[in-house]
Amino acid sequence: MTAEHVSPSKLPMPLSPLDGWQAAFDALPDVVAVSEITFTAQLNLRVDPSGAAAGAVAKVLGSALPVQPCTSTRSGDFLLLWLGPDEWLILAPEGAGLELETALREAIGDGPGAVTDVSAQRSTLALSGPASRELLAKGCSIDLHPKVSPTGTCVQTLVAQTGIIIVVRDETASDFLLLVRASFAQYFAAWLIDAGVELTGGC
Amino acid sequence: MQLISCPWCGPREEAEYHYGGQAHVAYPHEVGALSDADWAHYLFFRDNPRGPFAERWVHAAGCRRWFNAVRDTGTHEILAVYRIGEPQPELGRQASR
Ligand SMILES: [Zn+2]
Repeated sequence: MTAEHVSPSKLPMPLSPLDGWQAAFDALPDVVAVSEITFTAQLNLRVDPSGAAAGAVAKVLGSALPVQPCTSTRSGDFLLLWLGPDEWLILAPEGAGLELETALREAIGDGPGAVTDVSAQRSTLALSGPASRELLAKGCSIDLHPKVSPTGTCVQTLVAQTGIIIVVRDETASDFLLLVRASFAQYFAAWLIDAGVELTGGC
Repeated sequence: MQLISCPWCGPREEAEYHYGGQAHVAYPHEVGALSDADWAHYLFFRDNPRGPFAERWVHAAGCRRWFNAVRDTGTHEILAVYRIGEPQPELGRQASR
């Protein structure tokens, strides 16, 4: 039987790295809320932001790439995360990866650059609530106060010894996206739950 | 914990970085023409000063970019950081070999 004869309903259901953890997240104190955002399309983009392809790439994404270190730009359904001076992580809705990957590759053309689908590389967590900064501070040295880390801040750092991308989503810095390598997702989820047990208020 | 400034990301904890040895060690032009002794010298011999020393570091847990830093090997104080391709600051320039 070839692949085209398998009806979609017969394909195994994909499992996200934190499948089955929501009940444990829900048991956290009310001052934080944690949930996994499953199956986000994630593309790693390497391109020279001042090169010939940058304009065409911006057209595809609907916005210029953020060139300020440790920032991100929202463009419609896309979130463009600065990872390095010539590297970005593009977050897009589930299922939108292939079309976007093809369009970006066309935009880059024969010039230097690369687009790689890394959707399975990281799990995405949403962390919000008045104590979310206090929670992250238990394992992370980045100052997430809104004066230092305004909306759009995107830092790659260590949280509880694990590589995490933190994206600040609101101006009170109480709503974050956390991206963690899929193989570390359960470790990180367990750490979040452990660190959250004693939370009582905001900071 | 000591903070080291990444030329891209700014100050971060030392644990986010890895050390990459002496900076500005140029790859030999004609490798085939090198004697074994010269090749060994290029591969293994490094300066070992007490005081300012230009070194390569990588922001491994952050932007993953290599950069150069001048570090005082006696005090571990980072005296300067600069991006790859930028000239070595006059500060602490080592005597040429
Ligand atoms: Zn960095």
